[in-house]
Amino acid sequence: MEERFALSFDPFVLPFMVGTYFVFAWCIAAIIKVLSQLPATDRHRFYRSLITPQNIVKNIRDIFCDCLLHVRLWKRNRLLGYMHSSIAFGWFMIILIGHIETILYVPNRVHLLYYPIFFRYFMKVHEIHLQGALLFFLMDFFLLVILSGIALAIFKRFRSRALGMRRTTRLTLTDRIGMYALWSIFPLRWIAEGFTAGVAGGSFMTIPINWLLKNFMSNPENFTAAWWAYSIALGTFMFVLPFSRYMHIPAEMMLIPMRNAGLKVRHYRRGFALAQVYSCPSCGVCIDACPMGAQKKNNSLATVYLNRQIKRKNEEKLNKISDACLMCGKCEALCQIKVSATGLRQDIRSRRQYGIHQDYGYLGGVSAAAGSGKVLYYAGCMTSLTPVIKRSVAALLDRAGVDWSNMDADGTICCGRPLILAGKMDEAKALIAKNTEIIKSSGAATLLVSCPICYRVFKEEYQLDGVEVVHYTEYFNNLLSSGRLPVENSGRKLVYHDPCELGRGCGIYDQPREALSHVASLVPAEKERVESICCGGSLGSLTLNWDDRGAISAKSLENLMYSHPDAIVTACPLCLKTYARSAKVPVKDFAEIINDNLKQ
Amino acid sequence: MVDFGFKLSKSSAIVLSETADPRFARLVALEPDVMRCMSCGSCAGSCTAASFTTLSLRRVILDLQRGQTADATGQIKHCMLCGKCTLVCPRGLNTRHIILSILQVYKEEE
Ligand code: SF4
Ligand code: SF4
Ligand code: SF4
Ligand code: SF4
Repeated sequence: MEERFALSFDPFVLPFMVGTYFVFAWCIAAIIKVLSQLPATDRHRFYRSLITPQNIVKNIRDIFCDCLLHVRLWKRNRLLGYMHSSIAFGWFMIILIGHIETILYVPNRVHLLYYPIFFRYFMKVHEIHLQGALLFFLMDFFLLVILSGIALAIFKRFRSRALGMRRTTRLTLTDRIGMYALWSIFPLRWIAEGFTAGVAGGSFMTIPINWLLKNFMSNPENFTAAWWAYSIALGTFMFVLPFSRYMHIPAEMMLIPMRNAGLKVRHYRRGFALAQVYSCPSCGVCIDACPMGAQKKNNSLATVYLNRQIKRKNEEKLNKISDACLMCGKCEALCQIKVSATGLRQDIRSRRQYGIHQDYGYLGGVSAAAGSGKVLYYAGCMTSLTPVIKRSVAALLDRAGVDWSNMDADGTICCGRPLILAGKMDEAKALIAKNTEIIKSSGAATLLVSCPICYRVFKEEYQLDGVEVVHYTEYFNNLLSSGRLPVENSGRKLVYHDPCELGRGCGIYDQPREALSHVASLVPAEKERVESICCGGSLGSLTLNWDDRGAISAKSLENLMYSHPDAIVTACPLCLKTYARSAKVPVKDFAEIINDNLKQ
Repeated sequence: MVDFGFKLSKSSAIVLSETADPRFARLVALEPDVMRCMSCGSCAGSCTAASFTTLSLRRVILDLQRGQTADATGQIKHCMLCGKCTLVCPRGLNTRHIILSILQVYKEEE
């Protein structure tokens, strides 16, 4: 194998070269910008994690699995996984093998960026050895892999449902240009390599093309137009990359180490947040995931559009998108790059200016006395609207002989979570301080809560120095399995709804199911656990009105009725109230069901 | 003009749309639900903060409609945003957003 031309350059490489340098320059500037926007402590944390051995291994593994193989997407949807990984991994392999070829045959050209990419233009073969044949075969093989991915992508554009997606993302102009460029890069490469396969060699993909072309063209050997077209497609792709969703390719490589370093969103438009929004490939998984999509008009509130508006700095739309969200966390749980959908929105909410500042000075005079039981039960605001929960909890605790007392029998002080969800962390701190004082002075060892909203904030924001916070599903499950609550199995067909704050919020999926299986026969919902659908009542949404919420509830109920249960059980007072409005079967609380099935 | 020895005095009728507080119009624009309140008082009856203060959302809304902003702002700042009023409101009003919008549009008054 030897070089065809004395001059190892041809003007057709220019579009590719200019585009590539442009992308490199852009990425370096972006990295500097993101790093400079990180708060100093975060920056040092990030640098430290970059040199920690176990993080290095994790980073490399994650970049390989997420960026090239798209393992998360495979788990979710095999066709989509194949589509993305065939293009990403195939492209990576072609570049890699191109470099191997250059190193093996023309090591003096390795410094030329374009050489491995346009290798078959610059080379010619006399005889092919086994090694060369293998490389040629691999090149053609990965080209085929990419082409199959592209074919699938084109098919998906027109028939997204066939790939399991009900709704796809609205593309911007640059997204479209980038997409068409990407679609054309590899077919053009195929043709270009086909032209030169007679001289430079090829394999099962390129040789047949060469043979075909020979029969139609007079002198196909020197057909540079095809190489120009290939280079221009590459150059176009590179030029629109920073302004399109394809920016996710370089951005994700930065995001992964940052995420592994444990960074948090500090500002919705700076630093880590920027790395997140630019890493979003607009895959559209969050559109289908979002319960607000129950109404078509609300599709535009999905997280993919939040990311887009953050890039565009459109504050008006950002406020709209952030305020409507139910903060159910489903899109975040399913997102392959884990965009902090709720964190970003909470940050946007927290930057709002108010003319009136809430003042809880009046709590100063509230006495901190709260009984003296070993277990302190905090019902919270929502549970006080659902007396059945309070009654059932009290009955179960008494039956099991627990030494307990009620923390908020004469007036609840809100746990603070609703304020935090509205972006009012400072205000919430006043309530948290007062509740902490009451809990600590009670001397209880356990704080029992029946509301997942309260449970989450007690777990995440309270410093209770050793007081254990438990949700009643965990607590009663323990009592049931230790035999302290004798129950009978009614055999009734029940479906359990995973409340957002309890399931995705705190990771409690199994305990309620385990407990309920003692008293009834559980049937599955269509989507459950991490994919459970918000009841529509969530306090997370600030602006959704009655009708919007009604539409979400209807969808959520439809999902629960999948296996035709006799009743719906939930473990959240807010879900209970919301479903009870429109459900066709009885809606029961977790404690109520257990209590109903106690042995006499 | 010819002086006929008498003149027309200015009308003493109050045109509410002219004297009304423009802040209320902004509030309505932010959350139209505020106009649909029927003053039933369910919100006040279930209010968490009302265990400790005199907060009544019903009264706050009436106050604002009547221009008695000092009383309204003095009360609304005690709200904990817990959302109980939203759950009980028979009109299905988004009371939490009404409250947040009031906090945004009005200023504290003594
Ligand atoms: S936010 Fe996540 S789920 Fe939504 S489009 Fe971006 S990557 Fe996909
Ligand atoms: S958190 Fe829930 S409601 Fe909000 S955008 Fe994500 S899926 Fe939609
Ligand atoms: S949100 Fe405010 S006004 Fe409504 S019940 Fe709670 S404390 Fe009272
Ligand atoms: S419950 Fe609703 S309708 Fe009744 S006074 Fe309060 S806000 Fe108005």
